[in-house]
Amino acid sequence: MPGAYTGDEAAAYAAKQCRVDVVAAYPITPQTIIVERFSDYVADGEVDTKYLYAESEHSAMSACVGASLAGARVFTATASQGLALMHEVLYLASGLRCPIVMAVVNRALSAPINIHGDHSDMMGSRDCGWIQLYAENAQETYDLIVQAFKIAEEETVQLPVTVNLDGFTVSHATESMKVLSDEDVDKFLPPRKPIFKVDPETPITVGAMALPEYYYEVKRQQEEAIQKSKGVVKMVGDEYGKFTGRRYGFMETFGLEDADAAIMCLGSTCGTVRSVAKDLRAKGKKVGLIKLWTYRPFPTEEFLSTIKDLKALAVMDRAISFGAPYGALCSDVSSALQNTGMDIKVMNMIYGLGGRDTPPSTVREVFDEALRTAKTGRVKERIRFLDVRE
Amino acid sequence: MMVALKDLPKEEPYAPGHRLCAGCGPSISVRMALKASRGPTVVVNATGCVEVSTTIYPYTAWRIPWVHTLFENIGAVAGGLEYAYEALERRGQLKGKVDIIALGGDGGTFDIGIQALSGMLERGHDVVYICYDNEAYMNTGIQRSGATPRGAATTTSPAGKVIPGKRGKKKDLAGICAAHGISYVATASIGFFGDYIDKVRRAIEVDGPAVVHVLAPCPLGWRSNPSDTIKLAKMAVQTGLFPIYEIIDGKYKLSLKPGRLIPLEEYLKLQGRFSHLLKPEFKDELEAIKREVEDEYKRILSLAGEHVT
Repeated sequence: MPGAYTGDEAAAYAAKQCRVDVVAAYPITPQTIIVERFSDYVADGEVDTKYLYAESEHSAMSACVGASLAGARVFTATASQGLALMHEVLYLASGLRCPIVMAVVNRALSAPINIHGDHSDMMGSRDCGWIQLYAENAQETYDLIVQAFKIAEEETVQLPVTVNLDGFTVSHATESMKVLSDEDVDKFLPPRKPIFKVDPETPITVGAMALPEYYYEVKRQQEEAIQKSKGVVKMVGDEYGKFTGRRYGFMETFGLEDADAAIMCLGSTCGTVRSVAKDLRAKGKKVGLIKLWTYRPFPTEEFLSTIKDLKALAVMDRAISFGAPYGALCSDVSSALQNTGMDIKVMNMIYGLGGRDTPPSTVREVFDEALRTAKTGRVKERIRFLDVRE
Repeated sequence: MMVALKDLPKEEPYAPGHRLCAGCGPSISVRMALKASRGPTVVVNATGCVEVSTTIYPYTAWRIPWVHTLFENIGAVAGGLEYAYEALERRGQLKGKVDIIALGGDGGTFDIGIQALSGMLERGHDVVYICYDNEAYMNTGIQRSGATPRGAATTTSPAGKVIPGKRGKKKDLAGICAAHGISYVATASIGFFGDYIDKVRRAIEVDGPAVVHVLAPCPLGWRSNPSDTIKLAKMAVQTGLFPIYEIIDGKYKLSLKPGRLIPLEEYLKLQGRFSHLLKPEFKDELEAIKREVEDEYKRILSLAGEHVT
């Protein structure tokens, strides 16, 4: 069924169709429309979801953990400071293996205060043990949320998932998109079957204290689970593709077959990059795009086989990792390349902080620089800040 | 009608074999509270003495479902559980009502968890919140909390040469909770076990949120004799320092009728945390504390419509 939705509306609609039992959230720009739309569904009796209007994001995520432990299907949404306030609880959700799904509408962090899009929020919680998916537009937001529940609740996974969408660029822009019928979503996503739950009939102790004798083993198991979830991400992406014609997985590439230089990034900017790459290829330039849908678990092997014939790769990070050699995404790329013997020149571009526009002309500059590097084999600048006043 | 010892259930949902100290008041408070449980019960426990000492993996002292997540969020976790049970019941995946008890110490309640508690009360979750109050952060080494009484020496409110222990009053937790307009709030003491168990049961039977604030002495933190725990819990009430009462739909009702109060010094001298107050140089401080206790006691008496002399 086609329709016009903003990214936020698409997220709310997907959660509704996934028949979530409990939503617990606190509003924050630019996520607000998600909780507003969901509140409408509740107020109009269109869903039988229990909506917990929390007094903070910390409590919202805490309530999600409680509800998920009880066996419910749980959804929430946040952004920026809200995600930062949840930070402590994010680790509980993954450590206690709660398959919560959360839409994160990516937004800059204070200070200075700014409500616009960048990836500082999620990169700040990069290592919280959640599976992290990134959507390019409203369609992908919808598609990824439906898949996220299936991935999260899979017996071997039992981990929480974030679906990231760029603040305003995706969250507030209305797009024409396709949604499934309620029946089709029901077919794709059966009700949750919890592996363990806090249920009076089978008393269990959840969240026990693990001293040095056991803590390490629990954490190791958690890492194994998220690494192994790769198979499920792929399987669900394929299945969704068969179901809808829109196949997902770890990444989408454009023009990589014969490209000398490529740009890698997350989220809405991929649309601009693809469009510029198309123009350049029409002019005979061998350029391509790597768009990651799945940032955690990082699809290391698949990524390496994708880039093996590239000469230069420009990694665009929409967040600063203060004091680090590179932005977070570029650090991941660099460490994936470690010891592989591949001679691919990697350059890092920081861009779009606090909603700074990244027009096609900027992307063209990045491609030009990447092509130059592919030719010369020399990286002029290890890290470059695009479109910033010096 | 106070419950009689012989009528208490034999079941022990809170099993022996935990690692709490000899004479631990909070541990006694948990065992007693669960004697008041009526059916399927789930406990959500904040970080604190009880949590860290009852569930050291792979052991557990809990024979009923038990959840710990963090220090400050049991109000929210309990709310999430309640909503989930409601949703699952509607889907036919759960039969019958589950009673949820949120259990936090004074740090997790008076200080870091008060926001989550307030949210839980405002939203009206059907949860019984029990705060076991030993008047400091005991499992981290006796640091002051918002429940620490004026003048008590802790490791972060030491009795020094110029400052005689903790500054500032203890928060009025019961008053703060009642101000949310909930229908049941009570203060209790493990020294009056029948009264305390009754109150927990009444709290469970209330539809909607209920709070029981129970005084539970800590021999290590109070620097008292482990065999004096119950005696001290009684004396705190009998000196007027910790009046026990209920606030039912906003109306105060005293649980122990006022008689002649035991002098405060009798209570203080059994505890190392107050020993400095009995020295001549802090005589004025002791007098100020006595006045404050008296004023507060009279305030509660008057709220309960009792005669104030």
